Amino acid sequence: MTGAELLGLFGHFLLLSLLAVGGAITTAPDMHRYMVTEQHWLTDAQFTSSIAIAQAAPGPNLLFVAVLGWNTAGPLGAFATTAGILLPSTVLSLWATRWGSQRRETRFVRSFTNGLTPLTLGLLLATGWILAEPYVRVAQYRWGALGLIAITVLVMVRTKASPMWLVALGALAGVLGLV
Amino acid sequence: MSVPAAEATPLDAPANLRELFFAFNRLSLQGFGGVLPVAQRELVERRRWLDKQQFIEMLAVSQVLPGPNVVNLALMFGDRCFGVRGAMTALAGMMLAPLVVVLALTALYGQYSHHPLVSGALRGMGAVAAGLVISTALKLLGTVRHNPMGRWLALAFAALTFVLIALLRWPLVWIVLGLGSLAMAVAWRSLGRSEGPPP
Repeated sequence: MTGAELLGLFGHFLLLSLLAVGGAITTAPDMHRYMVTEQHWLTDAQFTSSIAIAQAAPGPNLLFVAVLGWNTAGPLGAFATTAGILLPSTVLSLWATRWGSQRRETRFVRSFTNGLTPLTLGLLLATGWILAEPYVRVAQYRWGALGLIAITVLVMVRTKASPMWLVALGALAGVLGLV
Repeated sequence: MSVPAAEATPLDAPANLRELFFAFNRLSLQGFGGVLPVAQRELVERRRWLDKQQFIEMLAVSQVLPGPNVVNLALMFGDRCFGVRGAMTALAGMMLAPLVVVLALTALYGQYSHHPLVSGALRGMGAVAAGLVISTALKLLGTVRHNPMGRWLALAFAALTFVLIALLRWPLVWIVLGLGSLAMAVAWRSLGRSEGPPP
């Protein structure tokens, strides 16, 4: 990857940082559009497995951003994406916390939150769709993957079990060749 | 209703930056599939650095702001304790060790990715990852009931966002700026109608 491309990667994540209302994962579809569809730096499977690795490891979900960067351009790529996603939101967050904590009940702040929450919901569903699509499209994996997704949703909505067990179940199902 | 003794005792606070760093380090390393539930248990129940109300208020603000929620929460808490130095310390505590772990896993995966057992396991975990995101969305779907713009309008904005992103693959920036501004304007109008003009 050239220096200019690396800078482009950093710049794109700087922008996504400011758009990540509702968590870094809601920007995953746009990362996919940019890194897989547009630039061809990663394949569909590499993209999804990057997120799976980050889910399997402890720590904030946002670490998938570092894995995506690493798989695109090694350590420098990981630095570009992680610093990019953290820098603007950190500066803004520190500034806005001090500004906004006294204005939480104002009409401006409330329309901001209430306007963006429906978009966040749509973005989360879109992220789930984009993560599931590479498996569901391939006939060989389709039913196993749909089964795992259904079990995950059922367990998460109905019980208080830790996601850790589901991740382990997914790995086991994969090792046994069920997915 | 009687207040349990533990609720009445005054809150603690981190004594220094070192303690703050290791507290966030510890809670982050416990967070498989999400740090937020662990953060609540550690900060509120175990260390008693925040009470429930403070935690919820901080979370609400961190959700309004762009950027990862737990990262914003760490920044806010650190800032409250020790200013900007505290914010950076809490952030580093939460990010550094898990970053090393996840990158080590990635490097290992690169070497073994062609092994059928490894790629099978990752495929299974990938499907679960999709399911986890979908269930988070489903759990939060109920919040549209409290949206001042009304349940159906909020659901319509959610559905439109899904179609534009997942099916048509439009760039996110245009959706947040375009559809987001429209949604905020609708929310602004609804808030004005339900509460009368602002003072």
